[in-house]
Amino acid sequence: MSLWPLLGIAVLVIGFAAGVNPLIVIVAAALTTGLAAGLSLLHLIAALGKAFNDSRYVSIIWLVLPVIGLLEREGLQERARMLIVRVRAATVGRLLIAYLVLRQVTTALGLTSLCGQAQTVRPLIAPMAEAAAEVRLGPISSCTRYLIRAYAASADNVGAFFGEDIFIAVSSILLIKAFLQQNGFDIAPLRLSLWAIPTALMAFAIHGFRLLRLDRRLERLAREQQQ
Amino acid sequence: MIGLEQVYWLAGTMFAGVAVRSFGDRANRRRFGNTAFWGLLAVSFLFGSELGDLANGILVLALTALGAGAMGLGAPRTTSAAEREKSAKVKGNSIFAPALVIPAVAIVGTLTLGKVTIHGVPLADPKQVTLIALALGILIALAVALLRFRPPPLATVEEGRRLCDAIGWAIILPQLLASLGAVFVISGVGGAVGRIATTWLPLGHPLAAVVAYCIGMALFTMVMGNAFAAFPVMTAAVGVPLIVHRFGGDPAIMGAVGMLAGYCGTLATPMAANYNIVPAALLELPDRNGVIRAQIPTAIPLLLCNIVLMYLLVYRF
Repeated sequence: MSLWPLLGIAVLVIGFAAGVNPLIVIVAAALTTGLAAGLSLLHLIAALGKAFNDSRYVSIIWLVLPVIGLLEREGLQERARMLIVRVRAATVGRLLIAYLVLRQVTTALGLTSLCGQAQTVRPLIAPMAEAAAEVRLGPISSCTRYLIRAYAASADNVGAFFGEDIFIAVSSILLIKAFLQQNGFDIAPLRLSLWAIPTALMAFAIHGFRLLRLDRRLERLAREQQQ
Repeated sequence: MIGLEQVYWLAGTMFAGVAVRSFGDRANRRRFGNTAFWGLLAVSFLFGSELGDLANGILVLALTALGAGAMGLGAPRTTSAAEREKSAKVKGNSIFAPALVIPAVAIVGTLTLGKVTIHGVPLADPKQVTLIALALGILIALAVALLRFRPPPLATVEEGRRLCDAIGWAIILPQLLASLGAVFVISGVGGAVGRIATTWLPLGHPLAAVVAYCIGMALFTMVMGNAFAAFPVMTAAVGVPLIVHRFGGDPAIMGAVGMLAGYCGTLATPMAANYNIVPAALLELPDRNGVIRAQIPTAIPLLLCNIVLMYLLVYRF
């Protein structure tokens, strides 16, 4: 087997590092790899088209955009802020830990689409976290605001990734089961789910700890800003 | 029977609306670029199944060129910050109602839609109930929002356009990465990576095999953007032959923890666009790697935890 198709990976790494638009980098990597493997250009373009068309389902979530936009126009983010301002104990870290728990527990129960970046983080969690910071620390710089938003997104990802494998019918568990079955091991999905629990607890401990430290970092940033 | 195709028509209609409104937006110097991009995306969702692979491939190349160099930011009509503040006070918490309708319908729909039949034909494709229920939840939420707030007639499209433009080209990134994955598969990238892993790594010790498998899962996931693509390759190259067969490890623990080691890679790569790059666009962060930066310090210790966990458990049960 030839190692030349790995050239596409080099294109990816160099392209991303050089800051070229990711769409261009990805198409260039696909063409490099395919041509290096001896495929014809037309065959490659058709393969790109087929996979793009077959994966349209990942874009279904964008149907939510007009609804979120309509609610934002009526003041959804502002209302989310008002709600959190009333909770005296709220800090960015504690709020995001609460969301991390919610996300991990609901995905572990199979409710993956209950929360998400488009349906909860942008309209609710990020504005709430920003408001919690403003109540405690006063006006925040745009840098701090972006940092808080990035952490809000990270809480969603960590919660979803390290919760979903506890649910026995999730696609990754089924993939592991199917692959091991092909190799002659018949394993009950429940066993796979159980062995996902230690990592889920570790993920919560590590990310939760970092979210608490985020509170201290934000306080420090606010002090520096005042000086 | 309602399947994904009908949901795609809905998405296609939405993108077509965004394209039409982009065309009339003189505030955007690059409005033709936006119109073409959203228009082609509408074509993909409305007619993609009839177009044929090559035509779809050309469409992908056109979307790439437009997305990378021809799009600007539109100026859709919306409310001002002051108006929103006032509206939020007047409307109170009822404003959350439509947002909560979506998950409620999604859950109930997922549990029930597959079982509803009309003359023996299921109402919704039983294999796709989750996505169909999600789309249904969004439609009902839209109806509730329209009835409750009575916005101007074009507000739905304009607000959709505001958020579509905020995400911009990144909206097709997840699908484009799936295309790259497909090309990697037919080009034999997985086999080549597996060969490197087994020929160049010292794997003579049970710990070395676990370390190579977990780090390999994370790295290969970073390249592919998806742990699902890395799992079969790394498990066939290192997991099954070494950890299970040579050193007598437990396949269930290896598989479960190995997949999660891959997820540590997902946290740290721009290739996992829908988790890392799209949210950065959605939250309007100037640094498109901002979310990844917030996640890497979690990913690295968690990968170490997975290695330790696997080593302690896999040879014991």
